[in-house]
Amino acid sequence: MRQHKLALCREHYLEWIPEQTERFIEKYQMFQRGDRILVAVSGGKDSLSLWDVLHRLGYEADGLYIGLGIDGGVGYSAESQRKAESFAAEHGLRLIVVDVAEVEGATIPEAANLTRRGKDKPCSVCGLTKRHVMNRVARDSGYDVLATGHNLDDEAAVLFGNTLSWSVGYLARQGPVLEASARGLARKVKPFCRFYERETAAYALLRPIDYIYDECPHAVGAKSIHYKEVLNRMEAERPGLKLSFYLSFLEAKAQGILPSSSQTGSADLHPCETCGQPTSAPGQCAFCRTWDQVRARRAPMAESAARR
Amino acid sequence: MTVRLTLREHEYDVRAGMTVRDAILHVGLQPESVLATREGELITEDEILREGEKIKLVAVISGGVKR
Repeated sequence: MRQHKLALCREHYLEWIPEQTERFIEKYQMFQRGDRILVAVSGGKDSLSLWDVLHRLGYEADGLYIGLGIDGGVGYSAESQRKAESFAAEHGLRLIVVDVAEVEGATIPEAANLTRRGKDKPCSVCGLTKRHVMNRVARDSGYDVLATGHNLDDEAAVLFGNTLSWSVGYLARQGPVLEASARGLARKVKPFCRFYERETAAYALLRPIDYIYDECPHAVGAKSIHYKEVLNRMEAERPGLKLSFYLSFLEAKAQGILPSSSQTGSADLHPCETCGQPTSAPGQCAFCRTWDQVRARRAPMAESAARR
Repeated sequence: MTVRLTLREHEYDVRAGMTVRDAILHVGLQPESVLATREGELITEDEILREGEKIKLVAVISGGVKR
């Protein structure tokens, strides 16, 4: 690990990752022993490794898998669900499965085809739906915190993108912890936010954890991946650059260079008139608007198919 | 004799005697974006590649590795 000027054997590496995770959990006051943690699990290396580490550290962590109905010619969702279920079964852990098509009436690719939001790419509908479902399950099932497997490369890429566009509102909300809101947003934490992506991949390989190697077929060509590649080219020349970029940002934020959430308007939330989850504008939230539109457009298609 | 690197469906031949890191750079990939394995075991960037061996590269970036 050139960025840390550290070389570890397999045995010590498998100890180092949980030790560092514990350190980050304490440093950023993410949660405590006895808290109920919901881990968002995709079947990929980061989320399964996070679940593995939290379990080994003795935290009470259940998993949440969201079935998106993405096939992409490789049975992507079916395979990722199988990986998540196998991991839970092997470790005796509880996995909550929410199938979007069962609950909302359409898969993510179907919903994307029926809405303006997902016209070019389903990622927007997918992200919106995942955020909503994660928050709903965390809130309704009484979890203290929702943990995601975002790693340093994810965080640095988002930071890079938001800095290029000076999206001050997004920058103000980025960090290892997003506090809960009184209006119903669950507390969100990222215990892996300081691990390089290759560090979490190495952990999954060494442990070993059986994760889905193929990434979402819709992720190909995503802007965030381009940013990761750009940052990796810089990292190759200057080891430690990604970590320094992220940590300097957190330090600057702690010193108050960014406006608070109340100044950026993110504190001004209203309950959605349909689902009750917080939304920035009065009326329906984007999730309910989008899925109402999907169901309205899908109903005539289903009737027409039934007539045939 | 050469060393064969594979990354998903791509195959690359490099000279034996190079380090893993140099071989990855030589074929136009970013060392940060992949991990190298030999017979299923993770190997470090400074390992010297031996004649005739096959090295499997594992992409670590979500969404794959672009050349």
